[in-house]
Amino acid sequence: MTLGGPPTLTPPVSAADHALGPPTAPVTLVEYGDYECPYCGAAHPVVKEVYRQLGDELRFVFRHFPLTRVHPDAERAAEAAEAAGAQHRFWQMHDLPFENQNALEDEDLLVYANAIGLDVRRFVIELENGVYTPKVRADFLSGVRSGVNGTPTFFINGRRHEGGFDLESLLGAIAAAAVAGPTSMR
Amino acid sequence: MTAADSNVDGEGRSHYTSNVEPHSILKAGVQAPDFSLRSTPDQTVSLSDFRGQRVVLAFYPADWSPVCGDQMTLYSEVLPEFQRYNAIVLGISVDGAWCHMAYRKHQKIAFPLLADFEPKGGVARRYGAYRHQDGVAERALFVLDENGVIYWSYLSPIGVNPGADGILRALESMQGSGPHAQADQAARAVAS
Repeated sequence: MTLGGPPTLTPPVSAADHALGPPTAPVTLVEYGDYECPYCGAAHPVVKEVYRQLGDELRFVFRHFPLTRVHPDAERAAEAAEAAGAQHRFWQMHDLPFENQNALEDEDLLVYANAIGLDVRRFVIELENGVYTPKVRADFLSGVRSGVNGTPTFFINGRRHEGGFDLESLLGAIAAAAVAGPTSMR
Repeated sequence: MTAADSNVDGEGRSHYTSNVEPHSILKAGVQAPDFSLRSTPDQTVSLSDFRGQRVVLAFYPADWSPVCGDQMTLYSEVLPEFQRYNAIVLGISVDGAWCHMAYRKHQKIAFPLLADFEPKGGVARRYGAYRHQDGVAERALFVLDENGVIYWSYLSPIGVNPGADGILRALESMQGSGPHAQADQAARAVAS
């Protein structure tokens, strides 16, 4: 049995993921995050800036890793993002919990759903029926399998990023991965 | 969180001594030493209570790591997956039972935390997982089979949360080493 080696993303990025940027981008950055985690909240504007600077050179993917026992509203927020995704508004909803981490109760999520123009009735029914609970758990378990042990954890071209998540660290690691080329692509 | 894992301060420095002489934790194939430790101020847990079940022993340095992505918190989230493999989790540190009780409640830890408190680190020492220079348990994992034999063990750098993937892979490969594997071997024997 082989239990060593650097953690790699399992499963790799697929059509089931929420992705920003072209699939042909030389670098794919994956974040495992929790909408109620303050460190993820701090990383959010950094990731946006990375994305702004790199444009089509980067594909960004977000997977859920809610630590529900310490962050009681994280699961619902993740499912809300999925429900918005079903209405093609994942990224609009994704921003709102990170920008309003002290307002993640159900009524707050409803306000966000309204604000981004969702079919709110469908949104509520889907959340109440836990339609996206399995998707969020699947994301979480993929994170566990990939060696995520807390949030946020980033993967750059499939390899776990061991550095910090300040702008300089992320840009540096992404540039290094771009130079290493697609052989490291997973 | 990953970048600033437990027991690392805001500037990324570990509170623990970094020059460690190589440890030798108990390895696969060894019968796990039995023990009885307090899980709460008035309850005691013995390893032998869990015979017939797989047991994950997670030694860790201390309660109250100042991050959300703490190792014990993660294992609480992953616990249903461990249970699918008939495994329970026991966390062990040198903290006292009252400290464990407060920590479990605060972090909503879903499994027992055992106090290796008196004699201090006595159980950790028997597993080769005591960090003499710091007076705490190492961050060491042991997966035991249904007979209390160590199937897999892993010593993590003290500042690095080892996550749950190694444990899950060990439990998964045990599936193959259980009754199913015997059936496979029988099938192969018939085929040849």
